[in-house]
Amino acid sequence: MLKDITIGQYFPGNSVVHRLDPRFKIIITGVLIAMLFSADSFIGLGVGVIFLLISFLLSQIPFKLMLKSLKPIVPIILFTSVLNIFFLEGVTIFKLGFLKITVEGLRTSAFMIIRIIALIMGSSLLTYTTSPITLTDAIERLLSPLKKIKLPVHELAMMMTIALRFIPTLIEETDKIMSAQKARGADMESGSLLQRAKALTPILIPLFVSAFRRAEELALAMECRCYQGGDGRTRLRQLHSSGADYFALGLSIVFFDLVLLLNCLMG
Amino acid sequence: MQDKIISAQNVEFHYTNEFEEDAPVKQVLKGVSLDIKKGEFTAVLGHNGSGKSTIAKHMNAVLLPCGGKVYVEGIDTADEERIFDIRQRVGMVFQNPDNQIVATIVEEDVAFALENLGVPPDEMRKRVDDALKSVGMYEYREHSPHQLSGGQKQRVAIAGIIAMRPDCIVLDEPTAMLDPKGRSEVLKTIRQLNRDFGVTIVLITHYMDEAAQADRIVVMDNGVILMDDVPREVFANVELMKKIGLDVPQVTELMYLLEESGLPTDTHIIDEEECTEALLKILKATPHN
Repeated sequence: MLKDITIGQYFPGNSVVHRLDPRFKIIITGVLIAMLFSADSFIGLGVGVIFLLISFLLSQIPFKLMLKSLKPIVPIILFTSVLNIFFLEGVTIFKLGFLKITVEGLRTSAFMIIRIIALIMGSSLLTYTTSPITLTDAIERLLSPLKKIKLPVHELAMMMTIALRFIPTLIEETDKIMSAQKARGADMESGSLLQRAKALTPILIPLFVSAFRRAEELALAMECRCYQGGDGRTRLRQLHSSGADYFALGLSIVFFDLVLLLNCLMG
Repeated sequence: MQDKIISAQNVEFHYTNEFEEDAPVKQVLKGVSLDIKKGEFTAVLGHNGSGKSTIAKHMNAVLLPCGGKVYVEGIDTADEERIFDIRQRVGMVFQNPDNQIVATIVEEDVAFALENLGVPPDEMRKRVDDALKSVGMYEYREHSPHQLSGGQKQRVAIAGIIAMRPDCIVLDEPTAMLDPKGRSEVLKTIRQLNRDFGVTIVLITHYMDEAAQADRIVVMDNGVILMDDVPREVFANVELMKKIGLDVPQVTELMYLLEESGLPTDTHIIDEEECTEALLKILKATPHN
């Protein structure tokens, strides 16, 4: 169950999408999200989905992996679609007691499902094709103008890097602690919600203690490697924007315009 | 050329208890003097609480002595201005490989120290590749650390230090959390670095077989240096070693037991081949009946 978390799971590759400048990729993802949210017809949404599919095919990410990233949001999809199907007023097709299904309900829920799936796929595509460290690097640079207003941009980026680095380590550790507590007879699967929440205490306490110990050791190791904050730091990977980056950004803006145009035409 | 890389002079250290002012002060180091020569492979042996990790942490100014002085290539470690000069010269590798890897990609982690030092990107690329090749992890440069085994992670951590091009590497029980395979990988890497690249090594350990491969062993107990000699001479003191809770290599122990039972042997033996020869000699000398 814990292994399903896909945040920061980078899928190494050398596709066109992988090679794009991460700064551009973040902006393009932003444009895609704007596209999906501003579309108010199926055709408009379709344009956004086409843009997403083109990037997805170019990225050479296995379809299965993409499906995996959708798994955690299945409950949200079900919840919103059920709400939409049953509680929207309109032409009734089917009625059972106080529950009724309307044409509008079906339309809206289909629309929402496509939108949510496209949103998740779009952002997963960003994290699948960009190594977390490049991603934080790009965020650091995109935000660097904010240093002028004393925002600790480097420190924030460093925190993100370390958090991403330790996610798999802590997940592994949680699994280990859970097994250890189960071996001692801890029961985590039965009882009321409150009881189950209480049963988490013997997992969380050792996890926190070890996280603090890790933090201390990591700080020491960083100091030993001459870490002294963001000033005067150079980077192994330099970010270079090329023609392909501007082309991709241009393409995303063209698609965005198309969506807006369709909105006007349909509206 | 300066002969001594690290020179500890009469170092004393104790941890202060911040919560109880009149708590008894536990003296961890009681006047330790130790010189590490250039190119040497030194092992520091000791039981838990002997102060071996504490003296290691003095070698790159992680801890500062409460009494006495530590010099790294002539620089006083108490000189705060030059702390990064010191840490660049003496790198340190810790026990848990997971807790010293900062980045999510192997090569970026190796580059971490160089990024901190402001090395230009072209030179950084070269140094990172060299460091990864010297520990045999070059093929894994694009992997993420959690895909690696313990021994591989520890080698990446060593590469992260090597990339700084330090003169000396202090390893604080680098194999304590590894399986036998990982242990031998790491130890092989350490020996290679020492032999082929002339890096001075200080290996803190409690494994006798690791210490036996060093040029010199320093045995610590209860905050003082008990012995400081070549492995052969150190392990010959079987009784003293046992008294302070340390072991000797199995072959040495065998020789010791044979000697105790009255056979003419030599407890200066530390490797298997010598042991076989010695046993053959005994067998030949014993009349058959």
